[in-house]
Amino acid sequence: MSATFVGMPGFPSYPAFPEAAHEAVRDETLRGNLRHATHTIRAKRARAVAEVSDWAALREAGRRIKDHTLRHLDRYLVQVEEAVTAAGGTVHWAVDAQEANRIVADLVKATGESEVVKVKSMATQEIGLNEALEAEGIRAYETDLAELIVQLGKDRPSHILVPAIHRNRSEIRDIFRSEMGEWGRPAPEGLSDTPAELAEAARLHLREKFLRAKVGISGANFVVAETGTLVVVESEGNGRMCLTLPETLISVVGIEKVVPTWRDLEVFLQTLPRSSTAERMNPYTSMWTGTTDQDGPSTFHLVLLDNGRTDTLADEVGRQALRCIRCSACLNVCPVYERAGGHAYGSVYPGPIGAILSPQLRGTGSEIDASLPYASSLCGACYEVCPVAIDIPEVLVHLRERVAQGDQVTRGGNKVVLRPAKGHAAERAAMRAARWAFTHPGVLRTGQRLASRTRRLHPRTLPGPGKAWSGTRDLPPVPAEPFRDWWQRTGGGKEGTK
Amino acid sequence: MSSRDRILGRVRRALADVPPDDTPYEQAVSRDYLRHHGDRRVEETVDLLAENLVDYRAVVHRSDAEGLPGLIAHLLGERGSGTVLVPPGLDESWLTETEVTRVPDRPDSTPHELDRVDSVVTGCAVAVAETGTIVLDGSPDQGRRRITLIPDHHICVVRVPDQVVSSVPQALERLVPTRPLTLVSGPSATSDIELDRVEGVHGPRTLEVVLVSGA
Amino acid sequence: MRVALFLTCVNDTLYPDTGRAVVKLLTRLGVDVDFPMAQTCCGQAHYNTGYRHEAEPLARRFAEVFRGYEAIVTPSGSCGAMVRELYPRMGERARAEGRGDALARTLAPVVPRTYELTEFLVDVLGVTDVGAYYPHTVTYHPTCHGLRVLGLGDRPLRLLRAVQGLELVELPGAEECCGFGGTFSVKNPDVSAAMGTDKVRHAESTGAEVLCAADNSCLMHLGGTMARLRTGMRPVHIAEILASTEEEPAL
Repeated sequence: MSATFVGMPGFPSYPAFPEAAHEAVRDETLRGNLRHATHTIRAKRARAVAEVSDWAALREAGRRIKDHTLRHLDRYLVQVEEAVTAAGGTVHWAVDAQEANRIVADLVKATGESEVVKVKSMATQEIGLNEALEAEGIRAYETDLAELIVQLGKDRPSHILVPAIHRNRSEIRDIFRSEMGEWGRPAPEGLSDTPAELAEAARLHLREKFLRAKVGISGANFVVAETGTLVVVESEGNGRMCLTLPETLISVVGIEKVVPTWRDLEVFLQTLPRSSTAERMNPYTSMWTGTTDQDGPSTFHLVLLDNGRTDTLADEVGRQALRCIRCSACLNVCPVYERAGGHAYGSVYPGPIGAILSPQLRGTGSEIDASLPYASSLCGACYEVCPVAIDIPEVLVHLRERVAQGDQVTRGGNKVVLRPAKGHAAERAAMRAARWAFTHPGVLRTGQRLASRTRRLHPRTLPGPGKAWSGTRDLPPVPAEPFRDWWQRTGGGKEGTK
Repeated sequence: MSSRDRILGRVRRALADVPPDDTPYEQAVSRDYLRHHGDRRVEETVDLLAENLVDYRAVVHRSDAEGLPGLIAHLLGERGSGTVLVPPGLDESWLTETEVTRVPDRPDSTPHELDRVDSVVTGCAVAVAETGTIVLDGSPDQGRRRITLIPDHHICVVRVPDQVVSSVPQALERLVPTRPLTLVSGPSATSDIELDRVEGVHGPRTLEVVLVSGA
Repeated sequence: MRVALFLTCVNDTLYPDTGRAVVKLLTRLGVDVDFPMAQTCCGQAHYNTGYRHEAEPLARRFAEVFRGYEAIVTPSGSCGAMVRELYPRMGERARAEGRGDALARTLAPVVPRTYELTEFLVDVLGVTDVGAYYPHTVTYHPTCHGLRVLGLGDRPLRLLRAVQGLELVELPGAEECCGFGGTFSVKNPDVSAAMGTDKVRHAESTGAEVLCAADNSCLMHLGGTMARLRTGMRPVHIAEILASTEEEPAL
């Protein structure tokens, strides 16, 4: 079975989620950074959402728009192609990461340039575009502040919206001081760790790159099928720089980013900013349709990317993950993400949405992907905040079934029968035994009585695998008799209370 | 087989289990969300725009048509600007009282040249009160997208109440999708450091919005 | 009204006091409650761990055992949510797998008749003051499935506020998961323990003597954490507080 590449160098040899989280949970700085950042944004998001009285209706409309689009995706993709072409753009189709990277590298080479400026884009992260371009002698400069921090720090992204969320201000200052010189204009002398000064340092460092750039690379938040309009939602202005100053613009966009009509944006432009940065509206939103005479790039390429999306679309429970608009509200509210951090998810898509996207886009063949569906307490906070109502717990449980029991899935466009993942044999046996006991109450009762009779011998901690519980928690004491014995003995409590 | 055909074929096979659906799009999606939030008189809508612009750190001024040239001259002077970018279709009267050197928006000016200009003055296509957003659509009074991006100081004139709408849905109705559009809500900002918002990154760090009535 | 107590396998085995408290409370409120001896487990742990097919016989069994009752009351938000939210989904999945409507039809009758205890008290019996007396400082943790799946809202708090002698103190970060999550607690022990520790620290910060919840599985996790951290707080199921009276205080 071929695994779809979802661009993290080192995949698929990442450790399973629990092992990765084991380290992260003990990293006090990381825990502090994540707690601070996620709690800050949680409260703000709640306020931003509370401002609009029709939030539930907007959420439902968003869900329906996306579901409808996915239902007729073939039609809308063809419509996108026609509209973008008519507006002066060129449309390319990429089945997987490799093909997308090839297309982009060739387009850049054809311009004769050896450097590009990039707008923050999950799709290009996913396909590992920067590494692929590097291999072709093309240097890609990330221009989003958080992406810049990650790139300068030779780090991995840990959040969808704020890939450097795991870094606090003083760590960022240290990275800027030591690394900016390697990539261009060094950090100003005496740079402090105030966010305003750090932002200023990024402005100065990137300005020369923006002004000389001939090729820009972006993703898109939305593509409007009826008009061929692409939309990029951002804050810093780096997006506007990359989208308007270069002569050539290449946008790599997942096929699920399509919406049918211009009017659909009225929903998402209300729900996305409030869900992601907790703003009524983000500072800048750029919309462009093909090319415009004497304003912005004279050449525009749109690369439509599959890379596991059609396989995900084939799963009737899992396909709802394709509604995702990458707002990251689910990460910010997730108690597991807050403790484990984004790196533990072994993917550019961390957090709850990552736990259902990665094992669908890449398959469940690797240790990390087989462990991701279990990286949740199923508390449901993610579903509650999702602006397109993705029932993440439902998909998590569905993927757990795939891992534990095997499934028929689509990989690379073909139907494949998956066997249960390795390492679940003991659990499966235990589940079967429990089911057997629960369908034979006599057995259950015997077990309960045995436990009660031997209760004084029970330890408060367990050896071996039992340590997973008792390493940090006492076991509950076993009562003198189970309830059902008391019920029977006392005639439902009517014959004495003892 | 081309990748295009392969992807489209995969999409069709992926949806083989889904019952046919010929619902027209207009009926497939319920749009029972609001067209705008709350009922306001026209002046209140303009006030809300001002309030939300200020909330996201834009500087808001009010003026009538008569006072506008003086106000613009004052703002440029206060800033100490030596040069100002001027879109081709900007109302000429707006700059009659300033001495600042005008730089026309030309197709062949390079980004480096634009980087040496201090300020830019433009009109706008529409402004959204609920979100504190101004929208630029490349019309002659707004110019190319890059002239409102590279200079560090942007003065944007909004004609009130004509150019003000309450909500995002109302704003989109007024726009032509195929024009190059930029929605601007306050000066550039970032939340990338500890998810805390700071203003002033790559776009203009000072956004001054002039709400002009009777123009 | 024929009312059955669905105690849950965890409570039956480990927390019989909660079951006795529910019986005492409902009897006091004039409800004649039955405990069908054939009941075992709703299948939640199987379902949520990825063994839906093992959960199906348990769901069918549940539907059989409780078929004849007008109301099925359970002192567990998550087991209540299993029946109400996930039984219909199990039926749908079976249908999608080409196994017809049989499972959906079998499960359908028990779904709307299953109530979490506080729902039953407030919505069906229409009481918030159940005549309880509990002279302690209590903080309440709304467990996730009760809060977000069943939508219990402030029902538990209204019940607690009406208890004489009880001082209710607000729990910081109340709506955040405690980290139990069924098999999550052993599959991801580090994260689970970190969440549990934070929840216990929050509870401790209130100065309350008692951490109350409407689900003993979460309390088992939190109680085990409290004991290990030697906080001196006690985990107590809401049924035991509501059953407590001046004459017969909680155990």
